[in-house]
Amino acid sequence: MTKRGRRYLMFVLAFVFVAAGWELYKAVGPEEGGTVLGMRIFARTDDRAMPHIWDMFARFGDPEVRGGEESIFVVVLRAAWYSFRCSLLAFVAGSALGIGLAVLMARFRLFERALMPYLVISQTVPIIVLAPLIFSLMAYQSRELAEKTWLAAVLLGVFLAFFPVAMGTLRGLQSTPAAPLELMDSYAAGWWKTLWKLRFPNAVPYLAPALRLAGAAAVVGVTVSEISLGVRFGVGRLILSYGQEATSDPPKLYTAVFGAAALGLVMAAVVMLIDRLLMRNRPPEAA
Amino acid sequence: MENTMTETSQAAVVVRDVNKIFNQGKPNQVDALVGIDLDVQPGEFISLIGPSGCGKSTLLRLVADLLEPTSGTVTIHGKTAHQARVDQDYGMAFQQSGLFEWRSVERNIELPLELKGWDKTKRRERAQEMLELVKLPEFAKHMPWQLSGGMQQRIAIARALASHPKLLLMDEPFGALDEMTREHMQAELLRICAAAGTTVVFVTHSIPEAVYLADRVVVMSPRPGRITDIVNVGLGRDRNELTREAGDFFARVTEVREALRGIEMADQARGIEDR
Amino acid sequence: MNAARLRNLAATVLPPLVLGVLFLVAWQAWVVVSDVQPFVIPRPSAIWQAFVDDFDLVLKASIVTGMNALMGLVLGSLFGFVIAVLTNRFAFVSELVNPLAITIAAIPAVVIVGVLNNMYSLDSQIPRRIMVTISVFFVVFVQVAKGLRQNDATQMELMRSYAASPFDTLKKVRLPNTMPFFFTGVRTAAPLALIIALVSEYFGGTQNGLGSKISGTLNSANKALGFAYVLGGAIVGLLFFAGSNLLEYLVVPWRRRARSK
Repeated sequence: MTKRGRRYLMFVLAFVFVAAGWELYKAVGPEEGGTVLGMRIFARTDDRAMPHIWDMFARFGDPEVRGGEESIFVVVLRAAWYSFRCSLLAFVAGSALGIGLAVLMARFRLFERALMPYLVISQTVPIIVLAPLIFSLMAYQSRELAEKTWLAAVLLGVFLAFFPVAMGTLRGLQSTPAAPLELMDSYAAGWWKTLWKLRFPNAVPYLAPALRLAGAAAVVGVTVSEISLGVRFGVGRLILSYGQEATSDPPKLYTAVFGAAALGLVMAAVVMLIDRLLMRNRPPEAA
Repeated sequence: MENTMTETSQAAVVVRDVNKIFNQGKPNQVDALVGIDLDVQPGEFISLIGPSGCGKSTLLRLVADLLEPTSGTVTIHGKTAHQARVDQDYGMAFQQSGLFEWRSVERNIELPLELKGWDKTKRRERAQEMLELVKLPEFAKHMPWQLSGGMQQRIAIARALASHPKLLLMDEPFGALDEMTREHMQAELLRICAAAGTTVVFVTHSIPEAVYLADRVVVMSPRPGRITDIVNVGLGRDRNELTREAGDFFARVTEVREALRGIEMADQARGIEDR
Repeated sequence: MNAARLRNLAATVLPPLVLGVLFLVAWQAWVVVSDVQPFVIPRPSAIWQAFVDDFDLVLKASIVTGMNALMGLVLGSLFGFVIAVLTNRFAFVSELVNPLAITIAAIPAVVIVGVLNNMYSLDSQIPRRIMVTISVFFVVFVQVAKGLRQNDATQMELMRSYAASPFDTLKKVRLPNTMPFFFTGVRTAAPLALIIALVSEYFGGTQNGLGSKISGTLNSANKALGFAYVLGGAIVGLLFFAGSNLLEYLVVPWRRRARSK
């Protein structure tokens, strides 16, 4: 079996294991849940709390609302597509912002020194909770902006995505080896020319993995903000409302969760493609 | 019969008719060593020298029982190489010092003693003794990264000698050092080994280093590695800086160089014939 | 402190300090001058006031969320470390866990909390702690597994030349070499733990943690209090950051120098 084939197999097997574990726990776990040292650690295993895996998938085919026209599959797909477009926008804008900031920080050391601590803090501090604030700011500006809740979600996505890109690009720009720099100097090439012809290409291997992180961050930023803002067409909102119906229609929630997961995986695939593109003709990475 | 027996039991290292083949039978088979015969007497200093890929490091690892010969035997003080390793009869030093960066200098030296189960006091004493030997007694509590490359290698040597082994195996330990430090370390090594009467097998690809250090220089051919020549250095045991400038020294260096070049020229000649 | 060191200190501390002060001043000025209503954006002074006045509220919420994050961080790190070491011998396990780790990292995994809430009672903090534990576990597991795979060739040869047992080699060489990787994992996971703990509260369950409070108050007119809660969250985040760095500093001191790796 080829190396790639094996990797795909492992991927599939991993999820088979998770599903098997789920069903196993359902079979042997306590029906009402169990306590250890007074804390309820073991989850309830009845069909309402933990539906069977096949029930979850079956639910996809059924209509969303009793007597409704569309199957859940279509509804979830549409919502996931909506969120995906927002995430993609957040990813692109966030990456552009990150690269721009990195260039500025590489050029003006004072700027780097002033901004860096805040960048670091921005990652230790949960920015994502500021979604409602961003939204109210927008609403304050104009009525039409108030309509666009999705924009707040995208902005949050940008906030989360720009950081890895900024850090990765900056590190790449600053890791330019001395000898090529001296060469450009000997050509009397200015800073910006050197940036374009030397520093940037040199920074690409640092940028690529950062983009991967940014993609995931954009998805998380957008979907979580959707949840906190109740954005109408997004998959986050679906998760919220299906979650509220979870007592009467348990598998429904899971369909939305799978939708969100699919969204993340598609984004990951997009980023991987970009990574391939960027890294063609580069020496293979030492593991 | 008796003569050979006493000879063999007296020799420190006996390599008899050793071959080493990697990946035998597969398309990427490599004949690293062919028909190696070598006797090293106790207290002798032997240098192994040859072009890259000649198998000198492989030979050293066969002696250390880090590799097994495809055929032939390796005997160390009358034991098999495997037994010698299990019994910890030798010390080894590599091109990288391999010091543990999370242990202080003295705890690095204590490592083999720890593994042998020595108690703490005895270990401490021996480590201190070894530090005196390599002339770095005040660095016991330092961390490796605080020391220069040459000092780190001295600690590595101190560690290799910590259990007072009779045999020392060294794989280009000074390869990563600059020329001045190298020469200094060579002198130090001779001093230390002379004091303890240690047998040394030393791999290098520097001809002056091989000649300066050794009683005999073993010259090897490119792959498949054979011993093509053994040069008797005969400069006596008291070597110092002046030795490097002596006529005898240059003569031996030339002899080794020509032995090496002889292989090269023989190869070229063979090449012409094959055409 | 001589002149050079003073200058160095000033160069590092002054620019961000000045930027921060400028930002706060501009913020205050803009709110006052544009007469922005406090229910849209409060002024920094009002935020500080709310923080001081309602400190006990902020503290209580911080403790709830902080505990969830901390427990998840500790448990996830422990599990990640132990299981990575135990399964190191079975490459199969690592190959199975890696796809899961990649997936969890790519998707907004926190939505699983919605599912978890369903499996436990309404007033339980367990779903959130489980969520944090899962997120932290994968980060730490991947790092420790990576560290165990790196083997300094010279050190391994050395241990072989000592005829050392595999256990000794694990204990004396491979585990110490893995510690820096472990702490990289913990350092990465610490802010993640807090964020997951916070966001987990959006999915229902008790609403007395920072996440729900921030969301709730920022959606209401009392924005100043909302920001006060955010400030509380920021402080907890910084504590986690400082704590994990301090732990690394204490346990892995030999890496202070080699940080450039």
